[in-house]
Amino acid sequence: MMEIGLNHYLVLTTILFAIGLVGVMRRKNLLMLFFATEILLNSVNISFAAISHFYGDLTGQMFAFFVIAIAASEVAVGLGLLIVWHKKHNNIDLDTMTSMRG
Amino acid sequence: MFEAVAFYLFAFLTISMFWITVTTSQALYALTALAAGMIFISAFFFILGADFLGAIQIVVYSGAVMALYSFGMMFFDTTRDVKEKQGNKAIILGLSTLAAILIVAIFAGPIVSDNIHALYPVIEGAGNTQQVGLVLFTKYLVPFEVAAVMLLVAMIAGIVLAGKKMDLSLTLMDEEEIHLMNEEKNKKVLS
Amino acid sequence: MELFLYTALFSPLVGSMFAAIFAASPKTKLAGIIPSLLLGVSLLSSMILLQHVLTADTPVHVELMTWMATGDLYIPFGFVVDQVSVTMMMVVTLVSTVVHVYAIGYMDHDKSFNRFFAWLSAFVFSMLILVMSDNFAGLFIGWEGVGLCSWGLIGFWYHKESATWAANEAFIMNRIADLGMLIGIFLVYWNTGTLQYDEAFAAMPGLDHETLTWMGIFLFIGAMGKSAQFPLHTWLADAMEGPTPVSALIHAATMVTAGVYLVVRSNELYALIPNVGLFIASLGAFVAIFAATMALVNRDIKRVIAYSTLSQLGYMFAAAGLGAYWVALFHLMAHAFFKALLFLGGGNVMHAMHDELDPFKMGALGKTMKGTMIMMTLASVALAGIFPLAGFFSKDLILEVAFVDHHFIIYSVLLLTAGLTAFYSFRIIALIFHGEDRHTALGHHPHEAYKFMLWAMAPLLVLAAIAGFTFKEPFFEMVTHLLPNTEYHIHSHLTYWIMTIGTQAFVIISIIYAYKKYMSSDIKIPDGTSNMENSFKYKLLINQYYIPHFYEEYLVKPYRELSAVFWTKIDEKIVDATVDGIANIFYSTGEKTRDMQSGNLSTMLKWMVAGTVALLSLAVVFGLAARHSDSIIAILSGLGV
Repeated sequence: MMEIGLNHYLVLTTILFAIGLVGVMRRKNLLMLFFATEILLNSVNISFAAISHFYGDLTGQMFAFFVIAIAASEVAVGLGLLIVWHKKHNNIDLDTMTSMRG
Repeated sequence: MFEAVAFYLFAFLTISMFWITVTTSQALYALTALAAGMIFISAFFFILGADFLGAIQIVVYSGAVMALYSFGMMFFDTTRDVKEKQGNKAIILGLSTLAAILIVAIFAGPIVSDNIHALYPVIEGAGNTQQVGLVLFTKYLVPFEVAAVMLLVAMIAGIVLAGKKMDLSLTLMDEEEIHLMNEEKNKKVLS
Repeated sequence: MELFLYTALFSPLVGSMFAAIFAASPKTKLAGIIPSLLLGVSLLSSMILLQHVLTADTPVHVELMTWMATGDLYIPFGFVVDQVSVTMMMVVTLVSTVVHVYAIGYMDHDKSFNRFFAWLSAFVFSMLILVMSDNFAGLFIGWEGVGLCSWGLIGFWYHKESATWAANEAFIMNRIADLGMLIGIFLVYWNTGTLQYDEAFAAMPGLDHETLTWMGIFLFIGAMGKSAQFPLHTWLADAMEGPTPVSALIHAATMVTAGVYLVVRSNELYALIPNVGLFIASLGAFVAIFAATMALVNRDIKRVIAYSTLSQLGYMFAAAGLGAYWVALFHLMAHAFFKALLFLGGGNVMHAMHDELDPFKMGALGKTMKGTMIMMTLASVALAGIFPLAGFFSKDLILEVAFVDHHFIIYSVLLLTAGLTAFYSFRIIALIFHGEDRHTALGHHPHEAYKFMLWAMAPLLVLAAIAGFTFKEPFFEMVTHLLPNTEYHIHSHLTYWIMTIGTQAFVIISIIYAYKKYMSSDIKIPDGTSNMENSFKYKLLINQYYIPHFYEEYLVKPYRELSAVFWTKIDEKIVDATVDGIANIFYSTGEKTRDMQSGNLSTMLKWMVAGTVALLSLAVVFGLAARHSDSIIAILSGLGV
C-alpha cells in the first residue's frame, strides 16, 4: 500500500478513464462533451508517463507529448466547428442534432 | 513515504475535480473543475520524474486549451443551468464500471504487462529535459515536424471557421475604399 | 470396313441436320431429297457391311472415343457390327429409305415439311446407335433418342390437342419402363463390373440365380415399354395420331422392335434364367390374343394395323421367351417389311379419302386405287401367313417352336390369334376396297397416290413376297454364329403336315369368312343403333377393355391431385416459405439494427462504449486462454475432442 508501484498508477488511470466515459455518455451539451473528451486524453497521458517511468523508457513520454499536441489542435478545430453550428442553429443540444439519421 | 502521500492526495483531488466536471449542471463550474484537474495531473507528471511533460501540461493544457474553452463559453448564457435530458443512468454507470473492471483486469493480471520491454532506455545522469530533447530530435524528428504542420493547419482552420467577413482584406484595399466601406456601415447603423 | 460403319451410322445424322437448317422455313423439296439420298447411302453401307459379315469371321468392332473413364467405370462410344446388329441395320435402313421417299409425296402439302425430315432422320440415327452400340450405355442412349424422336414425330402436328396428348403418353410410358431398364443396367454393372456386352455376358454364368433373375426382369420391363407389351401398351394405338410414314417406320418396323432386339442381344442372360423366359413367352402370347381381339371391331384403319403390330410383337416375344432367338429375329425382319407396306398403303387410302379413317365410310376403292389394293392385299396375305409369302416362314415357325417345346397352351393361343389376325386384316381390305361404294355419297373423290410413292413401296412388296423362302436358310447360317442354333423339328412327319395344313386351312377359312361378311351389299355405316354395337362384347372390345379409362381414372387423376397437393402445400408453403424466410431474416435484422443509427451523437457514443467493453472482454478471454493454453488442451483432449 505504501510502496507506489505501476499498478497504482494504472488503477488511477482506469478510474479517470471511467469518469471520462461517464461524461461522454451522459453529457448532452456539445461543449460539455468536449470536456469529457479532455478527461479521457489526460488519463491516458498519466498512464503513458507512469509506464515510461517504471520501465525506464522514454517512449511513453514522447507519446504523451504528441497526445498533448494533438489534443490542442483538436480543441481548436472542434471549437471552430461548434461556433459555426451555433451560428446556424443557435442550439448545441445533442438531441437536436439528428440529421445523420440512417 | 513522501511519494505515497503526494500520490494519494493528488489522486483524490484529481478524481473529485473530474467527477464534478462530468456531473455538474453549471457550465462554469465544469470549466473551472476541468482546469483544476489539469493542474493536478501535471503534479503527477512531476512525481513521475517527467519534468518536461509536466511543464508542457501546464502551459498547453491549463493555459492554452482552457483559454480556448473559456472563449467558447462566452457564447452561452452561463447564468442558466445546462438543461440535459438524461438517458438511462443504469446503462451509463454499468458500462463504465464494466470497462473499468476489464481494463484493470487486463493490466493487473499478468496478461499484458509481462511482455513490455524498453526500446529507448533512460540515460542516467542527464536531466529529463535534456533526455527528451535528445530523443525528440533524433528518433522522433519526423513526427515532430508533422505535428507542427498539423498545428498550423488547425490554427488556420480555427480562424476560417470562426471569422467574419473573410472575403475582404483590409491590407490590400486602398484608403478610398476603406473610407467608402466605413460610410456604408455608418449609414446602416444610423438609419 | 470402319469407314462403312461410320458412313452407315452418321449419314442419317447429316441428313437430319441438313433438314433442320430449314426447319422454320417454308417447304423446300431439297429438305426431303437430301435426307433420303443420305439414307440411301446408309443403306448401301449397310449392305456392304452385310456382305462383309457373311464372308468374314470376325465382326467389325470400333471404338469411336471414350465417354466415361472414372474409377472402375469405363464406357466408350463403341460400335459393333455383328450378325444380329447387321440384320437390324438392314431392316432399319431399308424401311427408312422407303419411308423417306414415300414421305416426300405424303407430306407434300404440309407446311412443316422440312421439320418432318429433320425429326425422321434423327430418329433413324438414334435407332442405328441403339442397334450398333457395343455396350448397354450406348444402347440406352439410342433408346432414349428414339423415345425423344418418337415424341417429336407423334406430336408432329402439335396444334392438335390429341396429338400432343398421345405424344406425351408415349413418352411417359416409355419413361416408366426406362426406369426398370436403368435398374437392370445398374444391376449388370454392379455384378459384372462392366457394361460391354461381351465382357458382361461372359461374367454372367458365374453369378447366382436370383441376381440374374432380377437383371432379366428389369431389362425386360424396359423392353415392355418400348415394345408396348401389356400393361404399357395403350400408347401404341394412340400413337397413330402422327403422320402415317411415322407409323410405318417407328411403330411397325423399328422402335417397337427395339425391345425384341434387347432380348435377343441379351440371349446369353435369358438362357440362364428359363423361368423368366417362360414368363416373357406367356406374356407375349397373352398380348398377341389381347391385341387381336381389340382389332376385331375397331373402326379406324390405322388403329387396326397398330393392334396388328402389337399382336405380332407378342409373337416375337413368345419366340424369344422360349429360347428361339433367331426365330424371333427372323419374324422381326419379315414383319417389318409387310407391316410397313400395310401402313404405307393405308396412308395412300387416307390421303385419297382426305384423312377419313373409318373403313365403313369407304368401299369399292379397288376400282380407283388398283396399285394400293394389290399391295395391301399382298401384305395382308403375308401377315396372315399363307405359303409362300414371308409370314408363313416366320409365323408358322413360331407355332412350331411352341409345339416342339411342349408349351401347348401357348401354341393354342398363338394358333387362335393367327386365325383372328387373318380375319381382321381382310375385314379391313374387304371394307375398303371391295363391296359397295359408300364414299361417293359422302362427297369423297379419291385418286391413286403419286407414281413415285408406289415405286418406293415396291421394294417392300417384293421383300414381303420373297423374304421367307429366299432368306431363311442364309439367315439361319449367318445369325447362328452368334445366337443359339437350335433347330425345331417335329419328330413325326405326319404331325408336321397335319399341323401345317391345318393352320393354313384355318387361316384361309377366316379370310373367306371375312370377305363374305364384309363384301356383301347390305353393309351400312354403323350409327350406334344396331344390336351388335350395343352388345357387351362389342362395347368391351371397342373401348379396349376399358383399360385406358382405368388408367385415366385410377392412375392419372390421383397423380394429378397428388401433384397439386405437392405444389400448393409443400412447395409453396414449405420450400418457398423457407427461402423467403431466410431473406426475411436478413431484411428484418437490417430494419431492426437501423435503429442504431439514430443520428443522436449521445446514443452513438453509448454504443461505442458498449463496443469497446465487448472488445475488452474478448481481450481478457483470449489473454487468459493464451496464458493457460496447456491446461485447456488437456481438458479438451480429456473430453475426447
